[in-house]
Amino acid sequence: MSFLDAGIEFAFSFDQLYDRLQSMPAPIRLRELIRTIRTARTQAEEREMIQKECAAIRSSFREEDHTYRCRNVAKLLYMHMLGYPAHFGQLECLKLIASQKFTDKRIGYLGAMLLLDERQDVHLLMTNCIKNDLNHSTQYVQGLALCTLGCMGSAEMCRDLAGEVEKLLKTSNSYLRKKAALCAVHVIRKVPELMEMFLPATKNLLSEKNHGVLHTSVVLLTEMCERSPDMLAHFRKNEKLVPQLVRILKNLIMSGYSPEHDVSGISDPFLQVRILRLLRILGRNDDDSSEAMNDILAQVATNTETSKNVGNAILYETVLTIMDIKSESGLRVLAINILGRFLLNNDKNIRYVALTSLLKTVQTDHNAVQRHRSTIVDCLKDLDVSIKRRAMELSFALVNGNNIRGMMKELLHFLDSCDPEFKADCASGIFLAAEKYAPSKRWHIDTIMRVLTTAGSYVRDDCVPNLIQLITNSVEIHSYTVQRLYKALLDDISQQPLVQVSSWCIGEYGDLLVSGQCEEEEPIQVTEDEVLDVLEGLLASNLSSPVTRGYALTAVMKLSTRFSSVNRIKKVVSVYGSSIDVELQQRAVEYNALFKKYDHMRSALLERMPIMEKTATNGPTEMVQTNGEAEPSGLESKHPPSITQPASQANDLLDLLGGNDVAPVIQTTPAAKPASAGGELLDLLGDLSLSGDPAPQVPVSQPSFLLDGVSSQPLFNDVAAGIPPMTAYNKNGLKIEFTFERSNTNPNIAIITIHASNHTETEMTNFVFQAAVPKTFQLQLLSPSSNVIPALNQGAVTQVIKILNPQKHQLRMRIKLTYTHKGSPLQDLAEVNSFPPQSWQ
Amino acid sequence: MMRFLLLFSRQGKLRLQKWFTPLPERERRKIVRDMTMMVLARSPRCCSVIHWRDLKIVYKRYASLYFCSALEDPDNELLALEVMHRYVELLDKYFGNVCELDIIFNFEKAYFILDEFLLGGEVQETSKLLVVKSTEESDLLQETMEEYMRKPAF
Repeated sequence: MSFLDAGIEFAFSFDQLYDRLQSMPAPIRLRELIRTIRTARTQAEEREMIQKECAAIRSSFREEDHTYRCRNVAKLLYMHMLGYPAHFGQLECLKLIASQKFTDKRIGYLGAMLLLDERQDVHLLMTNCIKNDLNHSTQYVQGLALCTLGCMGSAEMCRDLAGEVEKLLKTSNSYLRKKAALCAVHVIRKVPELMEMFLPATKNLLSEKNHGVLHTSVVLLTEMCERSPDMLAHFRKNEKLVPQLVRILKNLIMSGYSPEHDVSGISDPFLQVRILRLLRILGRNDDDSSEAMNDILAQVATNTETSKNVGNAILYETVLTIMDIKSESGLRVLAINILGRFLLNNDKNIRYVALTSLLKTVQTDHNAVQRHRSTIVDCLKDLDVSIKRRAMELSFALVNGNNIRGMMKELLHFLDSCDPEFKADCASGIFLAAEKYAPSKRWHIDTIMRVLTTAGSYVRDDCVPNLIQLITNSVEIHSYTVQRLYKALLDDISQQPLVQVSSWCIGEYGDLLVSGQCEEEEPIQVTEDEVLDVLEGLLASNLSSPVTRGYALTAVMKLSTRFSSVNRIKKVVSVYGSSIDVELQQRAVEYNALFKKYDHMRSALLERMPIMEKTATNGPTEMVQTNGEAEPSGLESKHPPSITQPASQANDLLDLLGGNDVAPVIQTTPAAKPASAGGELLDLLGDLSLSGDPAPQVPVSQPSFLLDGVSSQPLFNDVAAGIPPMTAYNKNGLKIEFTFERSNTNPNIAIITIHASNHTETEMTNFVFQAAVPKTFQLQLLSPSSNVIPALNQGAVTQVIKILNPQKHQLRMRIKLTYTHKGSPLQDLAEVNSFPPQSWQ
Repeated sequence: MMRFLLLFSRQGKLRLQKWFTPLPERERRKIVRDMTMMVLARSPRCCSVIHWRDLKIVYKRYASLYFCSALEDPDNELLALEVMHRYVELLDKYFGNVCELDIIFNFEKAYFILDEFLLGGEVQETSKLLVVKSTEESDLLQETMEEYMRKPAF
């Protein structure tokens, strides 16, 4: 039993004697309490014991009993560690600190460090005690004060006591000096302005022999140099710190065995590491300093024993220093090679640390790190989570145009097998890398497909629009893409991002899918019904999120212009018109309207999307949701390629829809400046000959929301300049009359209002009026008032046509009429030539 | 610098907590809970470094006790392992074949030793001998009960 224990035994028997002289029983001893509490079998039992004891302690505090205060506070600290409140002991700690007894002070300061924090004003009461104790005759009391101040001193306390600390920094007592140094570090961290006052005291700190003082001095100097560039410059030049540190480090390495400081054959590794860290700060961006430390760094790097963790700790710090200063290339290569060796080390910590360091240096020494790429990639297969993460980050940093294929293989394999917490980051990283370095479009699409199928549910939401944009722009492989996505959908519909991209593509390129053509691989035979089955399946499935259902519904709708099984599509759409999901319901209702009232606009709206420009701000996110409802505002300015693209699409549409009664209205994407677009649109229609060619070279019909760039003023401002009306068509009971007006804003514009009336006995429904004009003209057709012409002239359908005729050519027009009469659909083409001259001159 | 040092058992019971930055009590308790959960969940095959918030958590298990320290970014993780090992050696030297029970029943002494080894989150003494020597000499300064009773408080 130690002397101390004997003392306690003796003390406690005296204690009992003392107790009998007192009326009150002595408070239970600390170890006794601990023993008792540990016998508690349940949490409730423990709580009960503690509450009882706390009550006893509280009353003892209230009675200002300074005999047992120390014991009670000690017990309180134990209970505090178990998680019970102990704030009522805070003031007691202060009283203990103020006591003369060392035992009291020891527990008091400990309590202060555990229970007090600088948020409470109570702690300021300590300041005076600490000040007194800093000047105490016993060094261990001074030590307590320094320790407490250095651990938890608030800014105010630091300000008050900095002078005392500075005094102690200059003492010859190494026990106090080392503590004062760290205390000064704390003061500087709390009150940086006070840094200056410690400068004089640092003068000969490094000439100490005592390792404790050396170590803490290096820490102090490091703190000062990091905080103030002026200090840094001062220490570099005036104090010649670097040579001093080099000398000390050299002594440590060269010196013989020192049992006091030895750790596995290395002398004072703590000091070595701190010196290396300070050298790093001194050598950063400074050629002279870097050169002065070159040799010692090389020496440490080559001579340090690497069999134990301690040696590797020093090597690690050395490598960090070498990479951060202006070291010569030989030294840098040495450093990277050390890291390379670390990567092969059995110790996981060392591998982890190596990967972290390589990540820091990959920017500056890219080529050197590349050499270790295969080892790094192997670390992807490591069992440790932290190592895998680092390896993944580093792998992404190392991907370049040359190694993209190989690296991607590894990364995709990693994506397959890694933990869920990595998948999102890995998927995003792969997308980024693929975007930057993809060797071919097909490879890019394949890579994306692989990611979507293996980690589809972890892909970030913003990836979906980016991918759609990418797919749209890879024009040559649309059928390949849609085919692969379709096949993936057949396998699995649970991964939402994959499903969303797939449904979008099927909606957009469904025609290519059923056409049985594919550029890159064997085309699969898919029927329209099979495709619609899949999409309907998505709509009905519980696995689909509401967003996904939206995609699927829109895709189905788009197929109405690409497939022939329109009725089935109509049915699907109308079912969802009563869906509980408001978004879905709204879509279905609007699409329904597209089938009924606005059928003539449907093909235009659901046309193929043009190549999207990726905007800097939010990319084509707007595109996705609007798909068919191509808002001009969402699209960027038109470049020629994007205009020609719809032309070829238009041809596709016509080819596919061939003899369909539903006339495709070719809507080339309305531009932000329709005026110029109008000209191009008309160009697409080719030459309008008057030879009665029934080819459906049709009319440009633009929806009314596309208001004109031509005139933003109300149309009928001007008084009709007295242009006589004319009958344009009169056959089979359908009569169409034209009335004319001139726009007052632009004299080249003629405004024609058609009045369609029906003097048969049955009404004409699904009435669609279309018009085309020769190239030199521009035509804009606004929406009709209705598409039902009531029977017996009971009402007329009116529609406005605006004609721009800058060259003042004679106006000619070809019109096409489509309507249903007495149950059968009818269609007629006619030419209108006899326009009154005033309408076009 | 080290931000905090925690010692806890394999059942998650806290045995020592040293905080080197001011934090409110609630925050401290939360961090202790988080650390305990995080470290105890790690398999033995994992490396000893965890990234948590902006800190590096370095931990090591000695018998039934986990030593868990939080470092700032510039700190050396491998050295932190050495620091924790040194602390265990100091405890061992002081208590003689230290075990968890020693630290439970004499927790205040564990703190006293720690306060001779670390200060403000940094190592203050790199000599094993000197740390133990200072602690033992301080112990001698502690009054016996008789002295304690006789000595005036103020």
